[in-house]
Amino acid sequence: MTAGAVLPTRQPQAAAASVTGRVGESVRRPDGVLKVRGDFPYSSDLWVEGMLWGATSRSPHPYARIVSIDTSEALASPGVRAVLTHEDVPGRKLYGLEIPDQPVLAFDVVRYWGEAVALVAADHPEQARRAARKVRVEYEVRKPLTDPEEALTPEATRLHPGGNVTRHVTIRHGDQDARADVVVRGEYEIGMQDQAPLGPESGLAIPDGEGGVDLYVATQWLHVDQDQLAGCLGLAPDQVRLTLAGVGGAFGSREDLSMQAHACMLALRTGRPVKIVYSRPESFVGHVHRHPGRLRYEHGATRDGKLVYVKARILLDGGAYASSSTAVIANASCFAVGPYQCPNATIDGWVVYTNNPPCGAMRGFGSVQNCYAHEAQMDKLAAALGMDPVAIRMRNAMDGSSRLITGQAMEGPIPVAELLRRVQEMPLPPVAGADHLDLTALPGGVSNTTHGESVRRGVGYAVGFKNVGYSEGFDDYSTARVTLAAAGGRPRAEVHTAGAEVGQGLVTVQAQIAGTELGVRDVTVLNADTRVGSAGSSSASRQTYITGGAVKAACEAVRERIFALAQSELGSRSGAGWRLEREAIVSADGEVIVTLATLLGEEVIEETREFRPRRTNRLDPKTGQADAHMQYAFAAHRAVVDVDTELGLVKVVELATAQDVGKAINPLAVEGQLEGGAAQGLGLAVMEEVQVKDGVIRNPSFTDYLLPTILDMPPVRMDVLELGDPRSPYGVKGVGEPPTISSGPAIVAAIRAATGRPLARVPVRPHDIVT
Amino acid sequence: MRITCTVNGRPQVADSVWAGESLLYVLRERLGLPGSKNACEQGECGSCSVYLDGTLVCACLVLGGQADGREIVTVEGLSNGDSLHPVQQAFVEAGAVQCGFCTPGLVVATHDLLRRVPRPSDAQIREALAGNICRCTGYAKIIDAVHLAAGRMGAA
Repeated sequence: MTAGAVLPTRQPQAAAASVTGRVGESVRRPDGVLKVRGDFPYSSDLWVEGMLWGATSRSPHPYARIVSIDTSEALASPGVRAVLTHEDVPGRKLYGLEIPDQPVLAFDVVRYWGEAVALVAADHPEQARRAARKVRVEYEVRKPLTDPEEALTPEATRLHPGGNVTRHVTIRHGDQDARADVVVRGEYEIGMQDQAPLGPESGLAIPDGEGGVDLYVATQWLHVDQDQLAGCLGLAPDQVRLTLAGVGGAFGSREDLSMQAHACMLALRTGRPVKIVYSRPESFVGHVHRHPGRLRYEHGATRDGKLVYVKARILLDGGAYASSSTAVIANASCFAVGPYQCPNATIDGWVVYTNNPPCGAMRGFGSVQNCYAHEAQMDKLAAALGMDPVAIRMRNAMDGSSRLITGQAMEGPIPVAELLRRVQEMPLPPVAGADHLDLTALPGGVSNTTHGESVRRGVGYAVGFKNVGYSEGFDDYSTARVTLAAAGGRPRAEVHTAGAEVGQGLVTVQAQIAGTELGVRDVTVLNADTRVGSAGSSSASRQTYITGGAVKAACEAVRERIFALAQSELGSRSGAGWRLEREAIVSADGEVIVTLATLLGEEVIEETREFRPRRTNRLDPKTGQADAHMQYAFAAHRAVVDVDTELGLVKVVELATAQDVGKAINPLAVEGQLEGGAAQGLGLAVMEEVQVKDGVIRNPSFTDYLLPTILDMPPVRMDVLELGDPRSPYGVKGVGEPPTISSGPAIVAAIRAATGRPLARVPVRPHDIVT
Repeated sequence: MRITCTVNGRPQVADSVWAGESLLYVLRERLGLPGSKNACEQGECGSCSVYLDGTLVCACLVLGGQADGREIVTVEGLSNGDSLHPVQQAFVEAGAVQCGFCTPGLVVATHDLLRRVPRPSDAQIREALAGNICRCTGYAKIIDAVHLAAGRMGAA
């Protein structure tokens, strides 16, 4: 094999984007034109002169002691420039978002299948991959601990020094001995879902020649990567500079480090730029997954359908390392009852270490798992009482006078009943007559497996909620720098934050806010990097709220300076009623006082502000009581499905949803989030599962891990409410996650309605329906 | 090996190509055309869809060597200078682009569909684009974009 000279493709560069549009308008993405042309530089597209390719050598065992590592054969392979192991980690050997328990490169033991053990840099990616396979590791194979129940037992192997319980959340709310007229019980199991962003983990590290490194990478939070990297590389934070490279989706999978430290280590060792791009199979072991869960529930209610108590035991399998497990189990526990008023609750949430793939953040973050259980229980309760499934939900729906089971008062518009009413009132899709059979619309589709003989239709409902932003006392904030200057007779604003645009539309939102606050048409959003303060993560549905709030605050500071400048320039003492509109300062009655271009001249006004939402508190360790969350987002779904009851095939005919977004900053983008989020919920309900057997992933590819295609995803009827949160900028509520929480449980409820089967496990498989 | 082919109307030569390299790799890393995306490299997601002698293929499933002497059109070849192809324009306007990693493949696949079926029904769109996975949009806006493009191209 030869690796000839390659021609340049992409230089890492800041992709500043200009956009015009106001808050509340459906503004087109500024990066859209680049993306449809194939010109948008994603992290896997980067290229610089003299670049090497990195590859990772990974453990073939889920649990083993490392006896020895021999890199000599790999190092002698063609084109290889460096081979590194844990001995080459310059700084701290462990990292982690919440608990530093994960090795940069495995030492002593490997705890999951595919754990990184060694690194190779070579001239050609295939040379690197082949050499990585030649790293000789002698393992003493151990029996993996793969059952989360077993992990809880005293006799189980202790996988980490502190034992196998990553966190146990206890919630004791109200009367622990409450009794009820009607009791229903259920046990539910949720499979492991993968975020499966289309863009693979990738990035380019470039040594600066002075011991530091510049990393261009697809990530969700540049600064948390920077902090972890500086520690692992033994460098000061300002020696590890990160720039966001184009991100091909995230959904939680990019919250943890994947190839970041590895690329930097190889670059620093070789003195050359190093790019790492995961293959799809490698991506399946290179990022965390959604926690699989086992949930045991008992609901007690009065004869007229009011919840008296809920008892739940939630067990999540965190896999080999902690990642964000401690926060995920807090969510799963806090929202275990769903958006219902319940005076008494007994919740025990456990997340444990096993030798399964590590699990962490994924869209919905703990609320997805429990929604399957609490919604199935509500349907069970409705059946036991002879009530309508929607009626029982409405009877128990939280409102502005309710308290969460953590004791926290639910403030602001809490439109649970309203959302349910709206999805219920939407018209149902027609049933095709036998003479209008469209095979593609039936279960089995063009496989021509049925002409409708044993197809039954079902309708199901679900409602869910979760917190927005970080909880439990985490210092949640974002930073924005806003600059206003005139060029060519026009004022231009520039917004710079470290907020990661991962496809959700943050870049547009930032520009809309600046354009609205400063009254200018031309706003450029600079590419995110670590030259500005932290924006926190693009997760927890928080960026529009928190980074949006920071942009708004910085714009307000810029505006104050403009007014002050105008007052001094014009000799005007009063600025009462002044506004920034139409690229000018206008008076209360709309008269232009001075144009911004005239006022600014050569002057550049720049302000940087941080924005913090209200503080939250840790859950009490014994009772789980606290004001732990700062905002909640709600959505309801109705699903209509056709089921071939002979073959167990399901066709989701339609999804209907209603969601309160507080304020739709960009309505078109909100619709995209609602539709796309629902598709991921559909995926977990009926097809998506990382199949893990004895700690080994059996389906790490897009051939075997099934994702919803355009044939699987039905039309989504939508009703977007803008009720406004008085405490948030423009009244916004987080948008991104609720669509993924209740869509799946609604689909499973519809399949139950069509088949009468209990369906206590998702994804629902054909044999769950027909056997 | 040396590969000589025409890409987006321009003659191209790639030297020292290893026999195991896919057309996708040759386009992205040797010819400087990373528009075709590397999402699954297994022919499942359609992100690397290109035309090979006028036929829609997944560039990841074609060996670089097989492209020798052939004509290839990638997403980069669909726009005319600075002006977008109506399919590209429709994707931007309809909100069919979010993270955009699937977009180049979907744009090429839609271009191929509208060449064959100028006014496709929803069912025809779904069948034609079933080989292109999108993880962000839920596909509704993509269907909107195809209809928008079809309407404009039909009117032109």
